[in-house]
Amino acid sequence: MEGYLRRTIVWYGGVGLLTRQVFRSLALPPKYFLLIVQEIEVMGVRSLGVAMTAAIFTGMVFTIQSAVNMGRFGAESYVGPVAALAILRELGPVLTAILVGGKVASGITAELGSMKVTEQIDALRMLGVNYIKRLVVPRVLAALIVFPLLTVLADAVGVLGGMLIMFLERGADIYAYWNITTYWVVPKDFLTGVGKSVFFGVIVTLIGCYNGLSTEGGTEGLGRATTATVVHVTMAVIVSDFFITKLFLTLFY
Amino acid sequence: MPEPIVDAHDLRKSFDANAVLRGVSFELAKGETLVVMGGSGAGKTVLLRLVAGLIRPDSGRLRVFGRSIERLSEEALLPLRRRMGYVFQSAALFDSLSVHDNVAYPLREHTSLGEAEIDERVVRNLSVVGLSSEVLPLLPSELSGGMRKRVGIARALSVEPEMLLFDEPTAGLDPTNSKLVADLMLELRGGVCDTAMVVTHDVELARTVADRVAVLIAGQFAALGPADEVLSGNNPAVQAFLAGGAGHGAAGFRAGR
Repeated sequence: MEGYLRRTIVWYGGVGLLTRQVFRSLALPPKYFLLIVQEIEVMGVRSLGVAMTAAIFTGMVFTIQSAVNMGRFGAESYVGPVAALAILRELGPVLTAILVGGKVASGITAELGSMKVTEQIDALRMLGVNYIKRLVVPRVLAALIVFPLLTVLADAVGVLGGMLIMFLERGADIYAYWNITTYWVVPKDFLTGVGKSVFFGVIVTLIGCYNGLSTEGGTEGLGRATTATVVHVTMAVIVSDFFITKLFLTLFY
Repeated sequence: MPEPIVDAHDLRKSFDANAVLRGVSFELAKGETLVVMGGSGAGKTVLLRLVAGLIRPDSGRLRVFGRSIERLSEEALLPLRRRMGYVFQSAALFDSLSVHDNVAYPLREHTSLGEAEIDERVVRNLSVVGLSSEVLPLLPSELSGGMRKRVGIARALSVEPEMLLFDEPTAGLDPTNSKLVADLMLELRGGVCDTAMVVTHDVELARTVADRVAVLIAGQFAALGPADEVLSGNNPAVQAFLAGGAGHGAAGFRAGR
């Protein structure tokens, strides 16, 4: 119990310290900008398939469930806005962060962790390289771009998927569906969701980097670190989502 | 007398409850090769990492190139580290980069040299460690252990260091390759870099390259002095280690750090 408590405190402290180091090292030399572009490709482009598949099926299932069950109390005409609000405010940003975040962050942990256990991080430090700037900051900056972009796409795919299934399965009129959706959904609904995704992207990436850089115990430790990242990322997104939602509802309602 | 390159006084370092170094003091003068010997887990690598500023001592004084480094930030340590070359036990080559890009890494990172000039320096550094330009496009995974070690040395030389730090340069190598690395270290001190600190349990290596030898037992130097004196001396603890240590070196056996 004491050991567990201690590890937990060390982990939170470590992530906090890494965050501070990242903010202090934000000024990158120009030659590192290429690294950001590479990371955008690794993190973003290669996650498109996962993110979009999850988005369209979640959009469809949420909409069809809403239609069937809201129909029970005669509110089927409101399915459009209800589904769109759920997708824009929660499902889009949160599912993207969990899926893409889990994939991206565990990849980062595996890469940085194997560099750690094979002394390559120390080799960078010995060659006079600031490893935070070289390895962590470009990934965080890439996440700032990738996560909101993927979320916007997931939002669009999810809402359109819902509309499609309503048309095919429930015979809804597309014009009416779209009209009532755009009548009730305002830009704030969309923007708070995208705002969340920026935050999720940063914590997810920082967790991946921290778990990689703090890997110990050779290849066995590397496996543990990668698994831990998936759990940490999922928990971090789900728990922090509640608090950001609370904050946003207070600030922007 | 000019200031020594490394000046360590009463260094102590513990990991959790495990006191690895319990008061180590030594000096490393310009032009000197100091070999630190000790069994597996004796704290040799910890000592080397302290000198490189990769970890911080719990207490004690540590001056490197005339600067106190015990409390320096990572950022402030970077320029100092560029004056030393660290040869890792596992070579620690960047495994996604070719041999050429590994050796060129510090040049690309810290200089604005053109590609032609970088190429020339890479080839020169590789020839210093006895490798031809055939290995340039290979990935570290395609190299043998001895070659990897030599590429690691070539990369360390790229920063044009004033001091080389060797972590177990012969561990895991067969006797022939061990001999090659030892000869290479002798050549280096005659040419590109004359100051070195070596940690090893290989007695043969110590005999070949050391000016002075220190023996680390239970976190303290059981002996520190000119190589022949320590290696043939009559300190019983040291002799006990050397008698057992020679076998270790030949088998290349090692556990922990």
